[in-house]
Amino acid sequence: MAEKIIEIQHVSKSFDGKRVLEDINLYIKKGEFLTLLGPSGCGKTTLLRMIAGFLAPDEGAILLDGKEMGDLPPHQRPLNTVFQRYALFPHLDVYDNIAFGLKLKKVPVDEIDRRVRRVLKLVAMSDYEDRDVETLSGGQQQRIAIARAIVNQPKVLLLDEPLAALDLKMRKDMQIELKEMHRKLGITFIYVTHDQEEALTLSDTIVVMNEGRIQQIGTPTDIYNEPVNCFVADFIGESNILKGRMIRDRRVAFIKHQFDCVDEGFGEDVPVDVVVRPEDIYFTTDPQKCQFKAKVNTCTFKGVHYEMWVDTDTGYELMIQDYDPYPVGSEVMLYIDPDDIQVMKKERTANVLEGKVTGDGKVELLGGEFPCDTSAYEVGDEVRVEIPFGGVELLDNREEGILSGEVHFILYMGDHYHLTIKTDDGDFLWVDTTDIWDKGDLVGITAAEKDIRILGRL
Amino acid sequence: MKRFFAQLYIWVLLVILYAPLVFIAIFSFTESKVLGNWKGFSTRLYQNLLTGDMQGNSSLLQAVENTLLIALIAAALATLLGTVAAIGIHNMNGRSRQAITFLNNIPMINPDIITGVSLFLLFVFLHISQGYTTVVLAHITFCTPYVVLSVLPKLRQMNPNIYEAALDLGATPGVALRKVLIPQLRGGMVSGFILSFTMSLDDFAVTFFTRGTIGLDTLSTYIYTDARKGGLTPELRPLMTLIFLIILVLLVVFNVRQQRLAKKTQRV
Repeated sequence: MAEKIIEIQHVSKSFDGKRVLEDINLYIKKGEFLTLLGPSGCGKTTLLRMIAGFLAPDEGAILLDGKEMGDLPPHQRPLNTVFQRYALFPHLDVYDNIAFGLKLKKVPVDEIDRRVRRVLKLVAMSDYEDRDVETLSGGQQQRIAIARAIVNQPKVLLLDEPLAALDLKMRKDMQIELKEMHRKLGITFIYVTHDQEEALTLSDTIVVMNEGRIQQIGTPTDIYNEPVNCFVADFIGESNILKGRMIRDRRVAFIKHQFDCVDEGFGEDVPVDVVVRPEDIYFTTDPQKCQFKAKVNTCTFKGVHYEMWVDTDTGYELMIQDYDPYPVGSEVMLYIDPDDIQVMKKERTANVLEGKVTGDGKVELLGGEFPCDTSAYEVGDEVRVEIPFGGVELLDNREEGILSGEVHFILYMGDHYHLTIKTDDGDFLWVDTTDIWDKGDLVGITAAEKDIRILGRL
Repeated sequence: MKRFFAQLYIWVLLVILYAPLVFIAIFSFTESKVLGNWKGFSTRLYQNLLTGDMQGNSSLLQAVENTLLIALIAAALATLLGTVAAIGIHNMNGRSRQAITFLNNIPMINPDIITGVSLFLLFVFLHISQGYTTVVLAHITFCTPYVVLSVLPKLRQMNPNIYEAALDLGATPGVALRKVLIPQLRGGMVSGFILSFTMSLDDFAVTFFTRGTIGLDTLSTYIYTDARKGGLTPELRPLMTLIFLIILVLLVVFNVRQQRLAKKTQRV
């Protein structure tokens, strides 16, 4: 195994009391192209800025070549950054922008000249050295920003969403060029993006982050084919995420059918989540191969393939991608290869909360008083309480709820939505519902007495 | 017809605005002691002014020199202080930034006479003997907020990553300030300096209260005393004409440069 060039150990960071990174552990191998991928606000840029030295971790350490960097200021770190909005120096021309770092290091003039010309050639901007940087297009500025960083021959190149400001076509071209540059230079790249396709195209290793935590680390194919949880499955590519039940090793039930799969070790009769990619559901005309039937609901041409939504004979909606279209309304026979079924451990099966009995038939949870059968407990008892996903009710009117919050994350599970609700105090609740909500909707939260069950004293 | 009146209005306005200046300029070319008395064309007053040979009244030139020197020192120091303050304010978080910006604005609205008197009382209280130093200090005090005000927008326009990019490329904070931040803020600093210079140049109230009793005179206090003694020194007329012309030339040069710069970026 190649040696570790950067190691991140137990790094945490808070801003204004809000935790943005939580116990991050990660190492980056020499020469690797590693991508930090996640939605905005997941902490990826914060992590990159810590590696660059613009921020210090509250806890934990960042090691370069096995030595802790500690309070080493950015100008003493052998790393260079390509910033999101280029951050070229507007008062200097292209040549002086690129030569900036070398001049500070007192590199001899003729060597500066040679190196600047070489990187200009590398980024295909050879004839632009006398140009004013503000006269360049976005793509050209980005090339200069990259040239300005790599001319210093850093041990690691940090890239903070460098292509985010470019249009689609330009972005695709630059992706190929970046990959090519990485191959030629042999420098370690740490790349931050929220674009999953970019991450899959470019990376050797992808680190998927959400809410300040690492969700999964793996190669692009690992992450795509074997997501470890619903967040990763939903964030990377298109997917059918479904509730399932592991019957025994290599046998799983979902959409009210049973399928062979390749997963083992979950135990028998255990609730799980199942991911099937839309391109892994196949049409067949052979009744022998058919595992379940469905009716084509919509069919949309997407360029290379057709995207179809089908209703299964058991009442679930699935997305299928295929090169051939099937007419809307037609009955089709479908099957899924055992290899293509990804079974994931359920992160939770119900909301489990800690609360306090506050009165006869009342329990305080997350700062609100819920009705509950408290006959076996006394006022003041601290208790653990369970509310099933289906037991939490959401209301349009915030004021009518016992608590209020907003819809934080939505997952479609084939026949219902699984919502993550963030309460006004920042706590989370998970809800199964067939109602349609949008991300960011403000909701009132309530639950009926019959759905709230006290599990026992703390 | 409507157009004619619109034109007329503008011209009348301009005549009223510039008449006093033109009046002074015309009468700077005659030797009469009393303003408004034409005694035939002469450049004698100009000669007197330039040779300093002013009928036994040479403190006028001293006052001009004081004025320029004080304005230069005060503007330079205010530019330095104001720029550093602006950078600090820009990097504060929302609440305190608002508060400090508000506090920065108050001295600018505050009447000069109050600034003057309060500075006077402060210097007395601190037992600082008043003279050249106190005048310079006072001028720095009322100039600095203007510099802050003209540098802040430049900071806001600037790409926030530029400073970090310099650090990233191996610049120490000091070098990054000098080689990247200052060049970006130069425009705001220059206008802050010019603003401070002119504010200091024509200040009367603050200077009057902080100059003490050692007989220090700037142009404005000189004219004030002179007028009270009865009749203005005739050489003031060519002096004012010259000051006006210098300012005019500077303004034209500045505007032409600005336009050329704008054209250059437009072409791009």
